[in-house]
Amino acid sequence: MVERPSLPDPNPAAPAPLPAQPVTPARRHPLVSGLEGTVAAIGRGPLAFVNESGKLLLFCLNTLWWLPRRPFRWAQLFRHMRDVGFGSLFIVVLTGFFTGLVFGFQTLQGFRRFGAEALVGPATLLTLSRELGPVLTGLMVAGRSGSGMATELGTMKVTEQIDALATLAVEPVQYLVVPRVLAATLMMPLLTAIFTGCGFFGCYLIGVGREGVDPGVFFFETWQAADPDDFYEGWIKAAFFGAQISLISSCQGFQAAGGARGVGEAATRAVVLSSVSILVGTYLLAEMLDPLIHAYIWFDAMPK
Amino acid sequence: MSDVAQSPAKSEGSATAAAADQKIQPIIRVVDVHKSFGDHEVLRGMNLDVAKGSILVILGGSGMGKSVLMKHMIGLLQPDSGQIIVDGEDISRMGAAALKRVRSKFGMVFQSGALFDSMSNWDNVAFPLREHRKKLKGTALDERVRELFKIFSLDPDQLGPRFPSEISGGQRKRVALARAVALEPQIVLYDEPTTGLDPITTDQVDEMILDAKRHLGVTSIVISHDIASAFKIADHIIFVYEGEIVAEGLKAEMLSSQHAFVREFFATWSHKNL
Repeated sequence: MVERPSLPDPNPAAPAPLPAQPVTPARRHPLVSGLEGTVAAIGRGPLAFVNESGKLLLFCLNTLWWLPRRPFRWAQLFRHMRDVGFGSLFIVVLTGFFTGLVFGFQTLQGFRRFGAEALVGPATLLTLSRELGPVLTGLMVAGRSGSGMATELGTMKVTEQIDALATLAVEPVQYLVVPRVLAATLMMPLLTAIFTGCGFFGCYLIGVGREGVDPGVFFFETWQAADPDDFYEGWIKAAFFGAQISLISSCQGFQAAGGARGVGEAATRAVVLSSVSILVGTYLLAEMLDPLIHAYIWFDAMPK
Repeated sequence: MSDVAQSPAKSEGSATAAAADQKIQPIIRVVDVHKSFGDHEVLRGMNLDVAKGSILVILGGSGMGKSVLMKHMIGLLQPDSGQIIVDGEDISRMGAAALKRVRSKFGMVFQSGALFDSMSNWDNVAFPLREHRKKLKGTALDERVRELFKIFSLDPDQLGPRFPSEISGGQRKRVALARAVALEPQIVLYDEPTTGLDPITTDQVDEMILDAKRHLGVTSIVISHDIASAFKIADHIIFVYEGEIVAEGLKAEMLSSQHAFVREFFATWSHKNL
């Protein structure tokens, strides 16, 4: 073993420090400890929920603050519109088509019992445009684009690229988050419309192609029952879901820590939270939008 | 408080050499900064002044708070208590928009390089110019980027179109250096700028830091484990141990420090360089 040269001891006469005395912890009754542990365990969940909600709320407010501020990142916006819109197109078409097929098939089985096969078209269109379209498109986009956003931003976070952006006097939220939120908010209604169209086409194939419903009756009944307000409600919901997915996913990406594992966990959380928020949000939005739409209809019907 | 840059926590004799000689106002002041992550206290009442136009080298073991201190200086982290004053402005509680303005005075080279992996090396270097020098376009922009590549011994035609993942660690570090100095900032923070570089490039980086000080008056703050480099370029050295400055001065003060860890640190270095 090579002896390491060392500098002279500056204070050779200094006395050796006394060994530390062990500190005896105060005795506690097992019942008190157990009760304390139980209360802590009960409180941990709500505290974590409040903590996460607070972080997300602050992140949303920060994004809103930067949303109208210059410079507008047009190139970033178009890139993310392509990623969210074109990237999710195949899965949305596929899901929409098969949802329409199966919905049309099951609805026909039910409607046949009372001879209302011709109503399969409007029933499917109403369901797809108001609920299934935005919700299923949202779930598909959350799975595909939401996880992608969280992974990309999470990787940028753990490799200090987001910090690097800040040191170059570029606001990370404005550069990275605002274009993603705008892109998802704009593309979700479009994807929902495509989903609804594909679903209706699937229903047509089942109803007219396989079950023998007259095509004229199929389209006439649909035309009679279809209302533009049903589509507007679905598209408004879809836009909200787009904002939800992109904000939740970006927030999770920005909070990623601890390397590849942290990025993976951020992506998982992004998909789970986005999906849950869509399912909760669709009910809340239905409750909120319904009176608004009725008010609009009432206002529209007023004599001019 | 005099205008002589010094560490307020330390004795008056430990003033930053360059500032003491030139009576220069500190460009960065760190005043009683505390920072904890969970239960772990990383900075414990850090006090430091950095003289304008000087080179400060921060030495210390791994995980002792050097990078955390540096991130406070540019506002990437906010202290739990204390102040960070940059050019007369307290940035510790500053809003995002104001912080963005202050950051335009800085350039920073990260330990890992932190290049944008979705952009080519060329676009990485051009990025700050495109963001902040809107008038620099076309050929003028290309010329500036080309010049930056050449300063750091990088071939712009060969390495420019490639992505950061397609070049070596040393080349990545040099691209990061080129990006950090692209806007000719007043203050450049270097987090281990020469780690992973060959001796010739290491020497070039040292010379670049010295040139920036001599010709442009740039203030440099360098975290380094390269002690030879530190002794060569530093106007002032601080040694950080468990979130506190335990030694400061120049080579003589470092080598004669009474702190056990500092003595061990330099004894190991002396042994390896015998």
